[in-house]
Amino acid sequence: MADNLTPHDTAEVERAVQWALAEGKTFELVSRGTKRAIGRPAQWDATLDLSGLSGVLLYEPEELVLSVKAATPLAEIEALLSASQQQLAFEPMDYGPILGAPPDAGTIGGAIAANLSGPRRIKAGAARDHFLGVTAVSGRGATFKSGGRVVKNVTGYDLCKLLAGSWGTLAAMTEVTVKTLPRAETEESVLVFGLDDGSACRAMTAAMGSFADVSGAAHLPAAVARRMPQAAGGNAAATAFRLEGVAPSVAQRKSLLQALLSPLGSLDVLGESDSHALWRAIRDATPFAADGPAGGRDLWRISALPARAADAGRVLAERVGAALLYDWAGGLIWAALPASADAGEPLVREAAVAAGGHATLIRAPAAVRAVVAVFAPEPAPLAALTRRVRESFDPHGVLNAGRMWAGL
Amino acid sequence: MPLTMPPADEAVLARRAEIVAALRRMVPGEGVIASDQAMRPYESDGLTAYRQLPMVVVLPENTAQVASVLGYCHREGIKVVPRGAGTSLSGGALPLGDGVLLGLAKFNRIREIDFDSRVAVVEPGVTNLAVSEAVEHAGFYYAPDPSSQIACTIGGNLAENSGGVHCLKYGVTTNNVLGCELVLMTGEIVRLGGKHLDAAGYDLLGVVTGSEGLLGVVTEVTVRILKKPPCARAALIGFPTSEDGGACVARIIGAGIIPGGMEMMDGPAIRAAEDFVHAGYPLNVEALLIVELDGPRAEVDHLLDRVQDIARACNAVTCRVSNSEEERLLFWAGRKAAFPAVGRISPDYYCMDGTIPRAKLPLVLKRMQELSAKYGLRVANVFHAGDGNLHPLILYDANKPGELERAEKFGADILLLCVEVGGVLTGEHGVGVEKRDLMPAMFSESDLDQQQRLKCAFDDKSLLNPGKVFPTLHRCAELGRMHVHEGRVAFPDIPRF
Repeated sequence: MADNLTPHDTAEVERAVQWALAEGKTFELVSRGTKRAIGRPAQWDATLDLSGLSGVLLYEPEELVLSVKAATPLAEIEALLSASQQQLAFEPMDYGPILGAPPDAGTIGGAIAANLSGPRRIKAGAARDHFLGVTAVSGRGATFKSGGRVVKNVTGYDLCKLLAGSWGTLAAMTEVTVKTLPRAETEESVLVFGLDDGSACRAMTAAMGSFADVSGAAHLPAAVARRMPQAAGGNAAATAFRLEGVAPSVAQRKSLLQALLSPLGSLDVLGESDSHALWRAIRDATPFAADGPAGGRDLWRISALPARAADAGRVLAERVGAALLYDWAGGLIWAALPASADAGEPLVREAAVAAGGHATLIRAPAAVRAVVAVFAPEPAPLAALTRRVRESFDPHGVLNAGRMWAGL
Repeated sequence: MPLTMPPADEAVLARRAEIVAALRRMVPGEGVIASDQAMRPYESDGLTAYRQLPMVVVLPENTAQVASVLGYCHREGIKVVPRGAGTSLSGGALPLGDGVLLGLAKFNRIREIDFDSRVAVVEPGVTNLAVSEAVEHAGFYYAPDPSSQIACTIGGNLAENSGGVHCLKYGVTTNNVLGCELVLMTGEIVRLGGKHLDAAGYDLLGVVTGSEGLLGVVTEVTVRILKKPPCARAALIGFPTSEDGGACVARIIGAGIIPGGMEMMDGPAIRAAEDFVHAGYPLNVEALLIVELDGPRAEVDHLLDRVQDIARACNAVTCRVSNSEEERLLFWAGRKAAFPAVGRISPDYYCMDGTIPRAKLPLVLKRMQELSAKYGLRVANVFHAGDGNLHPLILYDANKPGELERAEKFGADILLLCVEVGGVLTGEHGVGVEKRDLMPAMFSESDLDQQQRLKCAFDDKSLLNPGKVFPTLHRCAELGRMHVHEGRVAFPDIPRF
């Protein structure tokens, strides 16, 4: 049976990694395990369970800064921030529903390691944009820090950016500092019904180029809208736009948006609580939840150019019957494909490249993830650079080896 | 302050004529400059206290030429210093006497503007302001706005991760770039990111941004452009003390308001600016705050009312709100002219750049006055109050023996004070050579070793901009050694089950 190490502070993590180096062992990094099913199902000798590294170190709302141990649960952080009318503006999604893990169980370290974001990505950025400072233990068993607790800092390389989205393959983060921001005082959403994917993407682009300052723009094709109570009213495809801010501002921008959208189809407006529920469902891609009708499908996350997203969607829908959800004003496509031995990888990669972006396989059986590239393969000089960067942190492949790419 | 740079490679210098000839074959025409007189403009950047003629200046015109030059220098073991417009205030583009100075000034075209994707694809030698001007007709702009934006280039902005006065709300360069083409020291060309959001693999763009030209040479940048807010209004608020001003900033943010810009000036800076541009600044206050709100008119007016209420509760003695675009620009005129204004009251000034947790401002200002007395030099402060980025301007006279050295020591003490209160050595000007030797105040040897190992992943022979950022140069082979002793680490006595 594999060893399970449960360190409680940075020094213990450092010793654990040094032990692995000395023994020639490899670690799977895990805390709550909500995203454990993402990535290649490599085999590791032991588990480095970081869930003991939990707790708030510093929260100063007026300085917009929060420092916590890396495995502090997001739910705990969100409750703390909420009491000061603040939030993590990057709106980290919860992978629990689509992966069949418990909801609201993720940690801040996991959110950063996966560079999570949500519908507000188009306005507020992703986890990387709010990640100010870190203490971590490299795969060399050396503790290092980078960044700080202030937003404006160019002292040394910004290793935080590199650790964000590295899925634990460079270092085990033990303490993180993030920027907090005020929560909007109120929100409303405007929905327009009956648009095809292409018209919807054009409408979202128009909204993004207007003064409406939307903080979410998503298109839910009819089959998907039907599964979302707040969007099902039109019994058709629904294209949703979120407005957040102070009430007079939301009211002014809502009028602007209604004028922009009313020639396109019938409209609906969602008040604060319905709007909140709808965007949470979009954030978590719940129409594709593991326990729902699409739960058995292979699920891809495709980053695309909005102007080309609908073409990519059409190819995937027509060729393999993919169910789709467009977020980020068309910049993100969730594509659920009928289960297959290769998760439709060649077609998805072709469509993603044609759309100017890339694709990541988020959900598929382990046997599929073992033979299909989960993260986009990189061209030769870049792949070599990636390897050298990984080796600069973890030359012996102790941490999550093989999780992102085979043999790395 | 004596500055130790990497020792000159005599073998390279002995081959200078041959190297210049080889470079001329790669970059024909007038792209290779080798006479001392013609190289003179390149001998320093915005940090003029340090000057050094390069071995040779090369001004390539396209990516293939950059790749040839770098590949050649890599094979031949020749150092390279990249340079944009040369506006760096930290000596990031200071040449090396045995190195090639690689200027990107000829990369000055805007390649593509894509309003649907809200991006512009530009060459690195395009100025910051030129990007905004190119998209202005459609109501868009590029958000980061360093004060040198009329001259500084996007390539330099990316290398330094430049900020500006609007970055609390709109972010710094790293939050506004989406992709780049990067030539590695080997001459290999890689593309990082693109027009899309989020990296496919490691966020290498994120670490190249702000790497001060030590990791690669950028030959194309894709930036995010934003719709310009329909309305902007500013409030000009005076306080009897910096404590009151600092409290007001904290309460504005605590009230959930993120202004587009929030700038503070101290008494000496206010008076110098007012004497210079006559912006109507009150002269009987010790702290002046400019708070600018932008967005829909209804939002701006609503939030400005709240800001004024907060200001009154924080003992503001004056408060004016701009009622026209002319008035708003007048409020800013004094702040934007603060550096030249200080230049009028002193033969020379030394501009510092630290960031502090905002709440420490009164303490830092008080300690700075003590240092001012100790060194016998005046100091004026301008402060990006929203994000805690402090620019003390130390007044000195370079013609008086010892004053420059005293100013530099004073400056170093200020930066160490910033670190002591929880801040950092540099908020937006970069480490370069200026703050290089202060790095150990903020980073341990282990921290710096990991950063240098990352450099080795990009530049295995440490040929790209060596002598900048890191106080001690290590050979990559030495950094690669593992300090864990195989077989000798005890089985760790940490909890397990």
